[in-house]
Parts: sequence; structure tokens; C-alpha cells
Amino acid sequence: MELDPDDVFRDDEEDADNEFYQEKESTKELLVYLVDASPKMFSTSCPSGDQKDETHFQIAVSCISQSLKTQIINRSYDEVAICFFNTREKKNLQELNGVFIFNVAEREYLDRPTARLIKEFDCIEERFMKEIGSQNGIISGTRENSLYNALWVAQALLRKGSAKTADKRMLLFTNEDDPFGNIKGATKIDMTRTTLQRAKDAQDLGISIELLPLSQPDEEFNVSLFFADLIGLEGDDLAQFLPSVGEKLEDMKDQLRKRMFTKRIVRKIAFSIANGLSIELNTYALIRPTIPGAITWLDSVSNRPLKAERSFICSDTGALVQEPLKRYQPYKNENIKISVEELSEIKRISTGHLRLLGFKPLSCLKDYHNLRPSTFIFPSDEEVFGSTCIFITLHRSMLRLERFAVAFYGSSSHPQLVALIAQKEIISHGGQVEPPGMHMIYLPYSEDIRHVEELYSDSNGAAPKATDDQIEKATALMKRIDLKDFSVCQFSNPALQRHYAVLQALALEEPDIPETIDETLPDEEGMARPGVVSAVEEFKLSVYGDNYDEEKELAGNGKASEASKKRKAIADNAVKESANYDWDDLADNGKLKDLTVVELKYYLTAHSLPVTGKKEALISRILTHMGK
Amino acid sequence: MARNKETLLLLLDVGPSMHSVLPEVEKVCSLLAGKKLIYSKYDEVGVILFGTEDTKNELTKEVGGYQHVVVLRDTKVVDGDLVEALQQLPRGTCDGDYLDAIIVGMDILIKKFGETDKKKKRICLITNALCPIKDSFEGTKEDQVITIAEQMAKHGMGMESIVVRGRLAGDANKRIMEENDVLLNIFSQKTCAKLVYVESPISLFGALRTRNISPVTIFRGDLELSSKMKIKVWVYKKTSEEKFPTLKKYSDKAPPTDKFATHEVKVDYEYRSVEDTSKVVPPEGRIKGYRYGPQVVPIAPSEWDAVKFKPEKSVKLLGFTDAKNILRHYYMKDVNVFIADPGNTRAILAVSALARAMKEKNKVAIVRCVWRNGQGSVVVGVLTPNVSDKDNTRDSFYFNVLPFAEDVREFQFPSFNNFLVSWQPNEQQQEAADNLVKMLDLAPSGKEEALQPNFTPNPVLERFYRYLELKSKQPDAAVPPLDETLKKMTEPDPEVLSQNKSVIDAFRRNFELKENPKLKKSTRRFLQEKPSGSKEGEGCGDIAAQSVDSIKDTSVVKVENIGNLTPVQDFENMMSRRDGPEWIGKAIKDMKKRIFDLVEDSFEGDNYPKALECLVALRKGCILEQEPKHFNDFLHHLCKFCQKNNLNCFCEFLASKELTLISKTEAIDSEVTDDEARSFLVKSEPKTE
Repeated sequence: MELDPDDVFRDDEEDADNEFYQEKESTKELLVYLVDASPKMFSTSCPSGDQKDETHFQIAVSCISQSLKTQIINRSYDEVAICFFNTREKKNLQELNGVFIFNVAEREYLDRPTARLIKEFDCIEERFMKEIGSQNGIISGTRENSLYNALWVAQALLRKGSAKTADKRMLLFTNEDDPFGNIKGATKIDMTRTTLQRAKDAQDLGISIELLPLSQPDEEFNVSLFFADLIGLEGDDLAQFLPSVGEKLEDMKDQLRKRMFTKRIVRKIAFSIANGLSIELNTYALIRPTIPGAITWLDSVSNRPLKAERSFICSDTGALVQEPLKRYQPYKNENIKISVEELSEIKRISTGHLRLLGFKPLSCLKDYHNLRPSTFIFPSDEEVFGSTCIFITLHRSMLRLERFAVAFYGSSSHPQLVALIAQKEIISHGGQVEPPGMHMIYLPYSEDIRHVEELYSDSNGAAPKATDDQIEKATALMKRIDLKDFSVCQFSNPALQRHYAVLQALALEEPDIPETIDETLPDEEGMARPGVVSAVEEFKLSVYGDNYDEEKELAGNGKASEASKKRKAIADNAVKESANYDWDDLADNGKLKDLTVVELKYYLTAHSLPVTGKKEALISRILTHMGK
Repeated sequence: MARNKETLLLLLDVGPSMHSVLPEVEKVCSLLAGKKLIYSKYDEVGVILFGTEDTKNELTKEVGGYQHVVVLRDTKVVDGDLVEALQQLPRGTCDGDYLDAIIVGMDILIKKFGETDKKKKRICLITNALCPIKDSFEGTKEDQVITIAEQMAKHGMGMESIVVRGRLAGDANKRIMEENDVLLNIFSQKTCAKLVYVESPISLFGALRTRNISPVTIFRGDLELSSKMKIKVWVYKKTSEEKFPTLKKYSDKAPPTDKFATHEVKVDYEYRSVEDTSKVVPPEGRIKGYRYGPQVVPIAPSEWDAVKFKPEKSVKLLGFTDAKNILRHYYMKDVNVFIADPGNTRAILAVSALARAMKEKNKVAIVRCVWRNGQGSVVVGVLTPNVSDKDNTRDSFYFNVLPFAEDVREFQFPSFNNFLVSWQPNEQQQEAADNLVKMLDLAPSGKEEALQPNFTPNPVLERFYRYLELKSKQPDAAVPPLDETLKKMTEPDPEVLSQNKSVIDAFRRNFELKENPKLKKSTRRFLQEKPSGSKEGEGCGDIAAQSVDSIKDTSVVKVENIGNLTPVQDFENMMSRRDGPEWIGKAIKDMKKRIFDLVEDSFEGDNYPKALECLVALRKGCILEQEPKHFNDFLHHLCKFCQKNNLNCFCEFLASKELTLISKTEAIDSEVTDDEARSFLVKSEPKTE
């Protein structure tokens, strides 16, 4: 058993199984969507983007649907329930009137979203009137109160799980700002009181209630009539509320499909500064390549999951063995045996701490001093009081003096020299863009650095260097194609977004795969602007001259043309040879297998097909190509 | 293999002034030979010493002169003898003439290969260049060196000179030193030679490339500035981690009499259906599936190929931006270098013009790259200028991969300004820190920058290859301690510390660290390291040595309880205490408690790996001491506890790491059979998903 629980930073590909990347998280969110289904939600509409009017009900439903599709990828362990109120039919555990929980088979009311839920919810509109029905649940003269019922049902659903490990929320969609408006007198006061009390009870249980009011074009939703009390808005928050809601709705729709990670400490380490002075730090992984998620192997007939089993077989005897504890390395015609313990002993060259070695000016850290994504460090006073203070002080000094620290990080699997760069906090638009702390950058060793630039150094002592005029033209070009507000993570990964889109289409059996936009392509339009084009032309003229011919330039380069000449000769020869065979006839009579591999390759080369693989592969490739 | 065969001549100065650094030279050269034995077995190596008492070379026989140059080993294929010879270089008694040695070396290579053989030939010179070379018979020394360098270039020989200087060189004649520097520099200008100066043993160790990797382009094609303007570039890896070698698994099943046994172990993966474990599903009966919520969606490869993201091979410029927009910590991977197509002068000029313009205006370029056809993804990265300061090297770009939106986790952290007042430093403290950051300087002006990545070797690899060599002679040798020279990079330089003692002491005086009294379980480990050193220069060095020792040699420090930071070491330490029988019992007891605490206090499983480490150590200890019951009972108890307290995920974690009870075969006192041992955790956790 080779144990390496510490090893968080193996190669990206290998890391898939590492717990560090595991999807499962212990804190999850439980969310109940409460959607008002009163006739008013259907009768009021507002213009949507593509000129078609959408009812408030449609807005709410499409919003939830988008949100579910994102959630199933980002945080699939979160649980949701979708609950309509002001309905004709009822479906809930408490048998309360006017509340209908939408659900599909093989799923509890409050459960993880499934493909089926999303799929059936997508066509809820067609079925809604028939199966669920809309009906105002608060009618004067009766004591029915569907809003109260809905809160009660939602609260009961959210009883699941402890408040410590789960974040519980209700999200309320409505366009009725005064639910008890048509009721008079004592009944109204009573209903308002009980409903507010119910909401307060829920909040006391650690459930938060959020409101997504839908305003009508001519009349704004008046929060202060009733809902301000329900969700506990006061003062400034109240004024801020409506504008922020608009953004929230948009956010729900336009979320990026992105797996979310909860903030967790990767490791707690001691940072020894000098003379036995050691402070406490936590490390976090802020930047790590995201992978499309683990592959599960399935039986292709039954689609049931398969379990992989690893067995070790002794090549000499064929016997099944336990995982051996010895390894070997061929050396000097011998196999040198080394045990697993000895291997880990070799790697252990320091304590698991971070040890400060000194400081250098930032200019000493070159652009090529990088191997892996950096790790963020932040101080902690949990065990040792005073750690944070020392950290802040050093942080400030390093920022001010523009220096970084060099330290040795003695992790058991990957002891390494690291650079610690102080990062000051950056806040923009009220949000934290860069947290304050230090970034640990893993430095390469001399073995890891290659000196490619020197490969082509000119022995006559002078490499061609650009003239001032050429540099000037390049500067002008640079000014033209300037990305002013470039931020590092503004692009989403097109391969990953495509993967999620395909996955969703297949899971929901959608007929078309939704188009994904590749944001990483250059801005053709911007590049075609006359200013840019002329700057490019000028630069081109300045470095290439006016009679630059790429082909000619290539011909001057003996090496490349030699190789391509050779390749061309082979291809020509193949075409010639290939003409000597009657391929159709050979294929029809199954005589291809009588030819030699060399002969088969004539055909393949002549038709510029790959020539790799075994004979059978070549034959089948030829047959496929001939369409047989 | 043979295609990249290289012939290497080591020219080593062993004259009296080099004696102090020869141990390092021996180490680095034997490491080079050892690596060649594994990675390039067919390379040939010859060794020439100069500054020796004797003379032994062909030229002296043929034409006379060339005194004090000894061909220690003729050029031949690397073998074990070479490693040994390099480990014990003779010490010379005369001042060495490096130019004589170079000529002897060239003579050997020319005789061997003639003018036409284009095989790779490399000369590696290690000297301090403190002794003057002899005057030439005709012309100046410069003329002589130029003639030699031209010959060298003509025959396609590469040369690498490592010149030991600074504090390693001792006092020397400045005039001679400068003259030699000028002469050696001629080589680096006239030929493809590299000249480096090293000032510390670590950088001497790191300066010699111990493994030759022939560079391979990952992309050749156009860097598209726009659809109208393209630059031909080649892209290589600039950094790439030299990994710890992956060793093969060894099987001891073959009978010892079998001389032809391979001792290999084949790893076989079988896929069985979860319901019917007797059924093995062949590869063609399997299909890949991806999770979508609780379900797994099967996707056939053909279906996937039809719809997946298929970008075309290209490197396109997206635009330029201010260098300050790209923070250093966003660099994601190892680094590539973009160089202009070496045969295309116009492309070289275009790259040079852009690089220089970018450097001048402090800009970087953002590019989108698809290196190969059929690659399923794109990378967006940043080109930074690498303007060459040498006349004969061309300008180029470094390329670093940047993260996508999906790769960045937006965790929020409290602002430092919002922290308690008591956590905010006062002016005095800030000044002390400023002084520390200023004075603990690794790149003092006028001296070699310490610990430059270019000259800092990987200590783990060095240790591995040394151990391999050791084991080839003594199969039961223990792992040797880390090399003394390389150990220096794992701890602060005592010299720097003693020079700055007052600054460090001032820093220490200004801050107070206190153990959190509420955290009873925490051990005093953080503060345990000795407080301020009482005697000069002793302080930190001692502490470092002590804490490293406590791992290597567990019997030195007597541990009386198991701490929080290194429980495994503490436990092993305690178990091996022989000064009383009660320690084993106490160690096991304390360890159990520690594990419990870890599991109980775990937040989202962050302590699980550590707890597992402890469990494994405990298990090993219990087997060694033949106390299986202690462990087995404890594991039962622990699992029950987890089930009761909603910590099932810990049991799952243990099961996934294949931790089992101690079975009868491992410890005779155990009442558990092998099968029971293995199935224990699986059984106790019936719910799988």
C-alpha cells in the first residue's frame, strides 16, 4: 500500500482520483423554490429579449430550469424541491390546500436534481393547467391561506439534515406585493400575523427566505406592503433591494457551468522564520485546472456501472500476488531492489514545514520559474497567537520593498524550493478580486530548466536583432491591438463548456446539442478595423520587406525542405506503385490479406491515410476508405 | 537511443587550488555518470585531468609538451568503473593549464571521429581558471585561443565551462584571473560554448547538466498576429520537471535458481459488474460514462468524437495588455519558449522587434494556442519578452498558460485591515520586519545570487542516484543522509544568519508568540523549537539539525507524548524507546487518542489523510510488537463511533485506501482471518452511494 495522502500536487492528469478534486462536499445547500401560481402570474406579461411576451410564470419557470441545469453540474450534491402555491390541486405531505410539490419518479420531494426532473420540468407549462391548475388560494371569507401553507410545507421539507452541515434556503417567486389585499378587517390582521410568524419560525430554524419579486411594467412591486416584514428588510437594505433583485434574476440565468468548490484548507503548515520563530499558516488551492469530472465505466449493454479491480501477476510464475512492497531499477546490468519505505525515506529530506531562507528582489523571479499552479497562504491564529501579526508585518515589508521570500517547502512527497510573493488585497466594485496573503510559487530545479534559446546561438557572434524602426512599428501595432481591461480569467474553457453542453443534451435526450461559444477566438471584427490593418501592414513591411515570399524563405532553409522533399518522394512513389494493383478486385475477393504490409501501405500513402497499426488495422482502414 | 548518442569529455582541474571543491566535483561528475548508466547507456565518456603530478596523454608522446595532463579514462561507453573513478579523483600537485587540456581533449575527439562524423561531441571543463596558461609560440594568447575555438566550431564540438569563483576560489591573482576570463569568453563567442561562473558549492553542483535531453518542438507553424501577418515560430519546453524515476514492481515469486527470471509484476485491470462480481467485462463491452447529477450518462467514443470540441491547430494573437494585468501567481504550468524559425531571418527580426517593443512598453501578449491537430482543447496564455543580452543569442518569448474562468476559485478572505487591533503591527515591529526583509538578502549586489533555480539541483534525485550506486555494491545498505552540500538549501545559510544576528534578534524581540490556551489538544510543537540561540551563530543551525534528526534518527530525542504535528514520528519514536516496557503501551494508547481526536475534529475530512497515516503507523507498530488485538479492537471501535456520529465518510475513506484489520498471517495472535480482515470495512459500510 503506497500511501501518499499529502501529495496534493501530482501531475494534473493523475490527480483525478485525488480527494483534492473529489466532487463530494460535506456542506451542501438545500433549496426550496416556492413559485406563486396564482392567475395573476399568468395574466401579467412583460416583453422579453426576443420580442415575445413572457408571463411572469414563464419567467420564473425558465429561471428555475436554467438554474437546475447549472446546478446539476456545479453542485450536484445540493438538494432542491420545486413547490407551487395557489394551485387547484394539492400534493404535499401535510395535505395542505393550494400547495403542489412538483416531482418525478425515483426521487424524494427534496432531493438531488436528476436529468428526469429537469426534462419534465422543462415541459411543465403545457401540463400545468391540466394537472396542477392555477387558483387563487387566499379568498376572503375563508380562512385558507396558501402562502402560509406554502411556507409550512417548505419548512417541513427543509427539516432534513442539520443546520450545521447544510445551508437551507427558500426562494420565493411572486408578483403579488400584497397577498392579503383583498381581505378586510380582523381576518387580514390575523392572517398577516400568522404568516409572518411562520416565516419567523422558519428563519429561527436557520432557514433563510429570499424573495424574487416580479414587477409589472406599469407598476413596481412594493416590497414594503408586506414582504419587507416577511424577509426582514429594514432601512437602507430596503431601498437597495429592488435594483439588486434584477441582477439576481439575470445571474440565475447566466451562470457559468462551473464546478464549485467549497473553501477548504489544503494543509496547515508551520512557517519557520528564524531562530526558532515559527508561525502557523493555512494553505489554499485558489487556482487549479478543472477537469470534466471522473469517468465511470459502464457495461455497454446494460449501462450498469462496473467496478475496476486491480490484480498483480508475477510474470515469471503467473501467480497472483499481493501488491509487492519492493521496487527495482535496472542499473549496471543488475536489478537494484529498493523497498517502498526506502523510497519514501529518500524523498523525506526535511520536516514538513516551510522554512524561510531569505529574500530577493522581485526582478530575480523570472517568467520561466514556474512548474505548477501556485498555492495561496493565509495566516492563522488558531494554535499559535501572534502568527497573523507577524505575517501581516512581513507581508507589508515585502510589498513595500518589492521583494519576495525564498523558502524550502519540505513536503514529504515533493520537497521543493518555493518563492513567496506578497499579494495586496484588490477590491473592485465592492467585491474582493485578489485576497490579501502570499502566493507560493514552486520553483524549478536546475534539472528542470532547458536552455533552448542557446540551441540556435549564432557562432559568428551576432544574432539578427531588430532595428529601432522595426521596434517602433511593433510598438505602434501593440498600441492598436491593446486589451485594456484584460482580466486573467475572463474566458471560459470552450472544451469544458462543450463537454457540459453535450452531457446535458445526452442526459436530457435533447435533439440538438446547444451551441457553445468559443470566447477564446480573436476578435476578427476588431482586427479588421482600418487602423489595425494599416498598423499590421506597416509592421509587416518594416520586418519582412516588400517582396517577402514565405515559400522562398523556406527553400533557403535546407533542413526543412530536405525532409519535405523526401516525404514528397515517398508519396509519389506510393502513387506509382499503388497504380499497379487492382484494389477493388483485391478487396472484393478478400485477397488484401495476402498482400504484404509494404504493399498495403502504398494504397494508404497514396490516399494520404495514416499508415500506423497492425496489418488487420491497415486492411480495415483500406476497406473503410473504399466504402466497403 | 543510439540516435542521440553523445560523446562527452570531462576536463577536470585537480590542481592544488581546486582541492577544496573537488569533493563537489566528484559528486556531480559521478552523478552524471550514474544517470547516463540509466538514461543513455550508449553514451561515451572520457576523463582528462590537469594539474596532476604526472603526464599521460598521446600528444606529449607525439609532439612533446602538454605536461601535467593525464587522460584518466579513454573515451568509451559508460560503465560502473567510471562512476567509481569519478568518486575518487586523485589530487594534483601542479597548477593546471586548461588550454593544454582542451587541446588534448580536442585531439582525442578529432582522432576518434575525424572531421565528418556529425555525432554529438561535448567537452566539459571544470576549473577555477586561476593559473595562467603558457605563452604560445606564435602570436598572442588571444590568437591561439581563437584558432582553437575555430577548430572546435569546425568539428562541431560543444563546450561547457564551469568556472569556480567567489568565495570558493580563495585569494588569487587578479590579473591572471581577468586574462583567463577574457580567453574563456572567446570560446563562448566563437563556438556554441557556455560559460558559467559559480560561487557556492550548491551552484557548482547545479551548473553541470547531469542528464541530456534532446529538445523536441511541441509546435512549428505560424504565430498569427492577424490573418494578414504571420510569423514562423517553433515552440519548445522551457521548463519540464525531471520526475523521480518510476520504479518497476518486483516479484520474488520466481525460484532463486531461475537465472532468467525477470521478476516483473504485471498489473492487470479487470472490470466486473457491480451486481454480479463473477462476470468480467471485456474492453469492448465497456463504455465510458460521465456523471450528470446522480446518474451516469454513457457516451460512446464515436458519438463523442462527432460532437466534441475540435479546434484547429493554430497559434493566434488575441491582443496585448499591460504586464501588470497578469499577476505572477496565475501562471499555471511548466513554461514554453517561442523562438523564431531558426532558418528564417525575417521571422527572427519580427520576433525580436515585438519582444523589444513589449519589453520597452512593459506589455505582454495574450495568445490562444492549439498545438496539434486533433487536440481536444485550447490554451490561453501569455507571451512575455525574453530579450537576449548576449550578442549571439536571439530574442524569444516565454509562454505561460493562464487559467480559465472555471479554474479560479473565488474564495473570500478577510481583509488585513479588518483584523483585531492587537494583530496589527506597530511601527517598531514594522521596522524590525523591514530590516529583516532587507538584510536577509539572497541576492546581494556584487555577489552571486544564492539559490538561483538555474544552479540549484534537486536534492532528492541526487540522493536517489547515490543510493542506487551504493546499493549496487551493498544490497542491504541503508538510505544515506542527504548530501551535506545540498542540505544547505533546505535550511537558512548559517553565515547569513550570523551576519544578521542583530536584525534577527530584534525581530524576535518585537513579536510574541503564544500557544492558544483553549486548544488543549494542541501540542507545544510550534513553540518547542529552541528559543533564541544563546551563542553566536549556533541558534538556528542547531534547531534545524535537531528537527531533521528527529526524523532520521529516532533514538536521539526521547519523546514522551505524541504531538499534533508529527504524530507518526512521535509514535515510532516512542515505540522504539527501550528504556522501559511501559512506553509501548503508552504509545499505543496515546496514538489511539490522537487518531480519535483527528477524526472527531476533522472539518470536511481535512484530517482524514493524517488520521490514516497514524492508523497505518499504529497498525505497523502493533504488528511489530505482536499486539494485533489492540489495533483490531480499536478499528472496530472507531468504525462504530463513526457510524454513530455521521462520520461514515471516514470509513469509506479507509476502505478506499485499503486499510484492513491485522490478520492471522500478519500477527499470529490475531483472531482474524485474511478474508475477514479484508472485508471488514466493506461490510461495515453497506451504503455505497
